Amino acid sequence: MPDTVLTASEPPARSGADLRVLAVRWGLIVLLLGMVGFFAAAEPAFLSVRNMVIVLQSVSIVAILALGVTCTLVVGGFDLSIGSVAASALMAASYVMVVWEGGTLAAVAACLALGLLVGLVNGLLIVKLRVPDLLATLGMMFLLLGLQLIPTAGRSIATGMSLPDGTVAEGRFTATFLALGRHRVWDTVPISVLVMLALAVAITVFLTFTRWGRVMYAIGSNPQAARLAGANVERYKIAAYMISGLCASIGGILLAARVGRGDVSSGNSLLLDAVAAALIGFAVFGAGKPNAVGTAIGALFVGLLLNGLTMMNAPYYTQDAIKGAVLVAALMFTFGLSVRRS
Amino acid sequence: MSLQIEGMTKRFGTNTVLRGVDLALAPGTITAFMGANGAGKSTLVKIVAGVHSASGGTMTLDGRPFAPVTPSAALRAGVVVVHQIINDNVVLTMDVLENLMIDRLCAGGSPIFRRRTHRDEAQAMLDRVGLDVPLSAELADLPLADRQMVAIARALAHDPKLLILDEPTSALSDSEAERLFAVLEGLRDQGVPILYISHRMGDIRRLADRIVTLRDGRVTGDFSAPLDYSGAVRAMLGAALDAAAHDRVPPGPPVLTARGLRVLPGAAPLDIDLNAAEVTAIVGLVGAGKTELAETLYGLRRPLAGKMTLNGAPYAPRHPGDAVAAGVFMAAEDRTGGSIVPDFDLARNVTLPFLGAFSQFGMMRRDREARRASEAIAALDIVAQGPDDPIASLSGGNQQKVVLARWLTRPARVLILDEPFQGVDIAARRDIGRALRATARDRATLVLCSDLDEAIELADRIVILSHGALRAEQEAGALDRTALVHAMSAAA
Repeated sequence: MPDTVLTASEPPARSGADLRVLAVRWGLIVLLLGMVGFFAAAEPAFLSVRNMVIVLQSVSIVAILALGVTCTLVVGGFDLSIGSVAASALMAASYVMVVWEGGTLAAVAACLALGLLVGLVNGLLIVKLRVPDLLATLGMMFLLLGLQLIPTAGRSIATGMSLPDGTVAEGRFTATFLALGRHRVWDTVPISVLVMLALAVAITVFLTFTRWGRVMYAIGSNPQAARLAGANVERYKIAAYMISGLCASIGGILLAARVGRGDVSSGNSLLLDAVAAALIGFAVFGAGKPNAVGTAIGALFVGLLLNGLTMMNAPYYTQDAIKGAVLVAALMFTFGLSVRRS
Repeated sequence: MSLQIEGMTKRFGTNTVLRGVDLALAPGTITAFMGANGAGKSTLVKIVAGVHSASGGTMTLDGRPFAPVTPSAALRAGVVVVHQIINDNVVLTMDVLENLMIDRLCAGGSPIFRRRTHRDEAQAMLDRVGLDVPLSAELADLPLADRQMVAIARALAHDPKLLILDEPTSALSDSEAERLFAVLEGLRDQGVPILYISHRMGDIRRLADRIVTLRDGRVTGDFSAPLDYSGAVRAMLGAALDAAAHDRVPPGPPVLTARGLRVLPGAAPLDIDLNAAEVTAIVGLVGAGKTELAETLYGLRRPLAGKMTLNGAPYAPRHPGDAVAAGVFMAAEDRTGGSIVPDFDLARNVTLPFLGAFSQFGMMRRDREARRASEAIAALDIVAQGPDDPIASLSGGNQQKVVLARWLTRPARVLILDEPFQGVDIAARRDIGRALRATARDRATLVLCSDLDEAIELADRIVILSHGALRAEQEAGALDRTALVHAMSAAA
């Protein structure tokens, strides 16, 4: 149809266009390096190995959740339930070990199964019942936030707590499970950081280099074209939500291992931080689309910023405002300056 | 009240859509406006309605120069358009009264909207079109036909000096259409010129005082009473009676057969064989069932009745994936919506359905993809820098070549192309036709289009589809164009 024919537009002034391309591609990285340079100059301890490990540890769980939500963003969806999946996994792990007196394997398996199940239900709601993704996962978020309170009548889980039926929970967190959160490989790198790095590599490879990742990007860009090219769009979408649920439950396991008790209020800020990391990731290298490398860098960006500000004694209550400002700036790079406007 | 259009041209980039259209709409006449897809009808309407501005030419409305720059400027001048897509004309989540008064709401006035003050006015608007629905009914709860009538009632309230209707009856039953016709005739008698776009010969026979046909951006026919209907269809579809420019290839054995296949409700069952090495063109007007047939063969919809076989074995795809796995490929009608992945580059758009062939242990092999894309660029004369070009930087014709290259990537048993020449310039159309014929030997090829000339250019065999049923079949080299045109325009 004539209407869809591209209108040849005048290219903008050469130097202006180049500058804009550079800003879109490298803007966030320059910002990141500038920030690191500033903190390093102001606080020499900022760049120490010890501090870098602290930063990585502080962002690892958020980054793991963000990698999962990236997969749903790639297929054109969104998963708002990740924070509550992580919190539910934390409660499930505690319940298995403290109340049922189960072992490490049982606790981990229960969490992973929970994450996959929630992802499956999300996917089915969205694909089969055509509930809009934001609404389906928002509903799931509320449901999980409530469900996790029921087995313990709203109380946190710890050894020695009395159960609703009057007995006392005798189980405890196994040493192996706690090591997931507290052990440091070569006395420096926490396991959660290694898990994050492994997942970042795995999901990058999956999304960027495999045929299945390719199809997922095609679905996100034009689902009808993907369907007409023979892709089973529904299955891919469900798979994306299951990956997201799985990542969130892994995050929940690591969080449980770190805090060592089933605390109902843990993981409150995980959702927003993870979503922010994934969205900041759009701006990294001017990708303009969800991508795993960008997501990891986005999480790191927020972590470095907060760590540096803390070292410089910025008040804690300014943190959210700063995170918000970074997110808005990143979205400006992605959408406002992008030349790929339709 | 009259509209004069003189020498109107419109270009989109390098693509010329209107090539000097002269059209005068006189008071008190209903002019049927006919043209195949891509002829430029919608573009012309959009210029009159202030959506696009013309590249050249002049318009006068009632003798005064008329050049609306926005839709609301056109509306203020008295040009009222009822668009083809009904849901674009109404707000589904609002009720009838609010929909009728929406222009009033947007125009300003009292900040408080009081239903009571508008009730009589809204009721009068409904009475004018003879629509009997409660003012409080939500539009989403009304049948499509009633929504259309609400849109028309609203349009009429503007006191149109010129009324343009784009396929207004496509969702209406016969009795509803009749009600609309009565309203339109009333307007005509009041002296309003009406431009009526339709492919339905029945409507045109019933209503039109005059028929104007558009083809390739030019007016090709202007018929006054007594109306020559098949002359109009001929003018719309093109009169070049060239013999096919290619040799007819002797058909091989049947590859895909359909028996008793029904794709439109109420249509007669159809039988067709698609033979190896042969290019079959199925030609029909909009609504003839072409897309439904293609989608049935490709597993996007179940046949209402009938059976298909592929190479002698039963063939009942439940999903395009099944069809692709069986070697039945389809390039969809809507290139932008159904084929092109806008975020992908040229190479990734080519390889999308066959990623398995371009990967090893699940990992994509970019070198293989790039090689295939370069091959396609050379074979189809795609104008592009290379495999890494963003697909959006290509023109419509070149994008269509990429879509064709996609489906030529692997050997097909059956290749279906639904309107492969929509929005494609003539040069690209020639390249695509040549590539299709050059590769046709090892498969059955099916092309669906609404333009007879395109079919003649391409096909070994032409079949006319009308109202979901096959009407006529002829072989290239022995075409009786008049009979084909007659079969296409026959009213059901």
